Amino acid sequence: MTIKLMQGNEACVEGALRAGMRFYAGYPITPSTEIAEISSIKLPKLGGKFIQMEDEISGMAATIGASLTGLKSMTATSGPGFSLKQENLGFAVIGEIPCVIVNVQRGGPSTGLPTAPAQGDIMQARWGTHGDHAIIALYPNSVREIYDTTIRAFNLAEKYRTPVILLLDEVIGHMREKIEIPEDSEVDIINRKKPTCPPEEYKAYELKEGDFVPEMAPFGAGYRYHVTGLVHDETGFPAGADKAEDLLNRLISKIEDNVDDICTYEEYMLEDADTAIVTFGCTSRSAKSAIKSLRKEGYKVGMFRPITIWPSPEKQLIELSKKVKRIVVVEMNAGQYFLEVDRISGKNTIVEKYGRLNGEIITPDEIISVIKEGHNA
Amino acid sequence: MPSNLIKEYYREDKLPHIWCPGCGNGIVTRSIVKAIDALGLDKNDVCIVSGIGCSSRASGYLDFNTLHTTHGRALAFATGIKMANPKLHVIVITGDGDCSAIGGNHLIHACRRNIDITTILYNNNIYGMTGGQYSPTTPTGDKGTTAPYGNVDPNFDLCELAHAAGASYVARGTAYGAIQLQKLIENGIKNKGFSLIEAITACPTYYGRKNKKGSAVNMMKTVKEGAVINKAWDKLNDEQREGKFTIGELYNESKPEYTEQYAKIIASFKKED
Ligand SMILES: Cc1ncc(C[n+]2csc(CCOP(=O)(O)OP(=O)(O)O)c2C)c(N)n1
Ligand code: SF4
Repeated sequence: MTIKLMQGNEACVEGALRAGMRFYAGYPITPSTEIAEISSIKLPKLGGKFIQMEDEISGMAATIGASLTGLKSMTATSGPGFSLKQENLGFAVIGEIPCVIVNVQRGGPSTGLPTAPAQGDIMQARWGTHGDHAIIALYPNSVREIYDTTIRAFNLAEKYRTPVILLLDEVIGHMREKIEIPEDSEVDIINRKKPTCPPEEYKAYELKEGDFVPEMAPFGAGYRYHVTGLVHDETGFPAGADKAEDLLNRLISKIEDNVDDICTYEEYMLEDADTAIVTFGCTSRSAKSAIKSLRKEGYKVGMFRPITIWPSPEKQLIELSKKVKRIVVVEMNAGQYFLEVDRISGKNTIVEKYGRLNGEIITPDEIISVIKEGHNA
Repeated sequence: MPSNLIKEYYREDKLPHIWCPGCGNGIVTRSIVKAIDALGLDKNDVCIVSGIGCSSRASGYLDFNTLHTTHGRALAFATGIKMANPKLHVIVITGDGDCSAIGGNHLIHACRRNIDITTILYNNNIYGMTGGQYSPTTPTGDKGTTAPYGNVDPNFDLCELAHAAGASYVARGTAYGAIQLQKLIENGIKNKGFSLIEAITACPTYYGRKNKKGSAVNMMKTVKEGAVINKAWDKLNDEQREGKFTIGELYNESKPEYTEQYAKIIASFKKED
């Protein structure tokens, strides 16, 4: 174990390299730029590649291209850049191409609040690309957790052959914290499954018995196959509308059937709680501090923090809704995740929202008064 | 022997193709395959990347590592592939709209980097797949489904654009002169750097019909008659150049190639340890 003082964005790169990232393509945008800068320094030293593309669209495209040759690939961006990546993000979903997309969020819409924190891309992460699909999005709340979660993002991308979104908060991306870097033996690394059959027998999108994703051959390894953004059959070639439902259902269920494996979360002081705060990222740190104070005053408050924000931890949120009288969703937006929590928990308990749009973080004091205000109301 | 060519390089079970009778796309695609064959490249080392459009469907018919991407973005995907695995011969298939409208920015930056990608631009002067709208290469005054009164946009010379942006090899051929086109593609693949080979082709279904260019055969004749080899072109005055275009190798110069330059950075660290 090594102890280091590290910035959140730096921890993201360190985690990515630990996971095996060997390719980065992107376009600079605040507050994500350090991720590109540090990648550009470190990758060539490891024999990896960094390229600054002409925009975010090409950054996403090049990331996918590199992944197809077998390299673990990542791109990072913020607000407007994340919007630009959406079409090719959808390509990675339908083509089942593992990659990691980091979005250090900033206020929007449009150029919005360039360097101020915001948590406004919750729904963009879920539904930004067009069409029906599933997505994995992770949301860490500390520098150490950014390190671990970035590794996990690569692992999930490789395991489920899917793009994985890592949502970060500006304040944590730019904050420095002392972190413990785990030993190699403590870190599990997952690599995509490659075909073992002879190339003539390889069907690029065939699901083998007991697998939930097809084996993936790197371009150039002798398995010549076709990748397209069109609806395709198990051979990878365009297929008619009659194959669309099969394909899309498979892509959705490979994630939805495995939520127990994919979903991670933190529960804090929920055992006896009658009020639960649901929150994530930097707002969860204010919430924790608020809960400590409220507990001293006798309020039975706890916190549920999804770390995997998509897919939703439905099972846990239903259980929570049966246990508490009130859920308050605290987030730095106008109520995006509230919509999801209300959908899941709203039938069983009161779900309220507390948000903020001015680019300032939500303080513990604010949360304390929100909880007190509604208490016994 | 065309049948051997098909057996060796086409995915026979994916044929017949979707192209209209009389479309020039098949001839251009065949020239690419003949060039690969003539150079004796290993199929496993060839990667064909295409965008979206009629011409971009070619990738699916060819037995290589093939990638059919999003509209206009083929060069951006290809850049990632080439950068990640420089051993691959990366060939991009794109249409005039794909390459120069939505994908125009990727084109100029791929040229500027001089990354070793060979781009074959199928120029039919129109958006084929979406039904005949005018493209950046539709001649001014010509008609399209979105230019019912004649196109007011000035049109692009994409070879000049590629050269100005830094491509080290730029050539133009036609679907009529398939053997010459093949040679230009071969030279483009051999060039260590970014190569653009514009292939002038014909879309009888939309461009032809909208602009009363006659039958597919007639359009091919027009392509033949419009093409002037570059040496002869220099001697023509502006009036004589009207309605004609120059073909052949237009620019061929040696410049540092992108992935080789990056490899030097990687190698500099290897020396240290
Ligand atoms: C983002 C996006 N915009 C628009 C389209 C619709 N579209 C499909 S093909 C095409 C035009 C293709 O024209 P061109 O590149 O000239 O190729 P051709 O079909 O003539 O070979 C367009 C506009 C799309 N698929 N994606
Ligand atoms: S629409 Fe035009 S370009 Fe497309 S296949 Fe038909 S003839 Fe060819």
